[in-house]
Amino acid sequence: MQRERVAALPGLPIDADGPIFAEPWQAQAFALTLKLCEAGHFTWAEWVQALSAVLREAPSDDGSSYYTHWLAALERLCISKSLTESHALDARAHAWAEAYRTTPHGHPVELKQVSS
Amino acid sequence: MSHDHEHDHDHSHDHGHDHGQDVPSDTALRVKALESLLIEKGLVDPAALDAIVDTYENKIGPRNGARIVARAWTDPDYKARLMGDATAAIAEMGYTGAQGEHMVVVENTPEVHNLVVCTLCSCYPWPVLGLPPVWYKSSAYRSRAVIEPRRVLSEFGVAVADDVAVRVWDSTAEIRYLVLPERPAGTDGMDAEALATLVTRDAMVGVAKVAGPAAKEGA
Repeated sequence: MQRERVAALPGLPIDADGPIFAEPWQAQAFALTLKLCEAGHFTWAEWVQALSAVLREAPSDDGSSYYTHWLAALERLCISKSLTESHALDARAHAWAEAYRTTPHGHPVELKQVSS
Repeated sequence: MSHDHEHDHDHSHDHGHDHGQDVPSDTALRVKALESLLIEKGLVDPAALDAIVDTYENKIGPRNGARIVARAWTDPDYKARLMGDATAAIAEMGYTGAQGEHMVVVENTPEVHNLVVCTLCSCYPWPVLGLPPVWYKSSAYRSRAVIEPRRVLSEFGVAVADDVAVRVWDSTAEIRYLVLPERPAGTDGMDAEALATLVTRDAMVGVAKVAGPAAKEGA
């Protein structure tokens, strides 16, 4: 069993095995899942089923891609529950990328206009 | 705030784009996209999201579980309640929340060693142990813990004698397991608070034993 220590990143929570969340987006994806479930948009059993399905399709890994699979499962479940749509997600991700590219240093990154 | 670029040394910023900010990874952008769309639709509350991130990053960890174990070691009545209805006994200590709704505690004894896994994904009792470590989520652990638990245990450094039974508990969306490890020798005079410092996350998953204070100091 590999138990390599993950190098700690500044400001990120760690335990004996390294960061609990390796990057902030992982914590955000985690929180989104929890809140959507609490709000009744899907049950926890449905979530576990969605995550298990993605993990089954994924090649074996050491656990470091876990939250990438988590996000894929969450997107899939949100789309199947009609909470959002695939093309809206793509368009919004592009809009965020553009916002980062065009927002000057030192300013908060905000979407110029909502286009969905 | 001035942001003078110094050009007398190498720096690794990518100046290939406009004078904007570094664009996050595609994955991070996908999370932002999903989050912002759901917030706009009123499906999630951004403040509630922040609270969850804060809670799981900073406030919950295996210390909750360690306090439960230490109390069970020192308070026979509590232990009886814990073994009878773990969910209620854990809630009694104030530890409730997502993924801790249906808890079962399994006790290690000289005859039985318990090991917890989630073969399907990574179901884990968050309110008492925090979030699972990377190895718990690995496909190797998820498959091998069931197939060859003794070998997995030996790789974690746990020697289980041949006459000790190994029981593997597969967590599900409905039931989460917590291992009550054996109280180490040489701890007779210690109170629950001191004992709790000896109890590790790994011991409560079943991939470690709790070392006594002398062993801990000598480590």
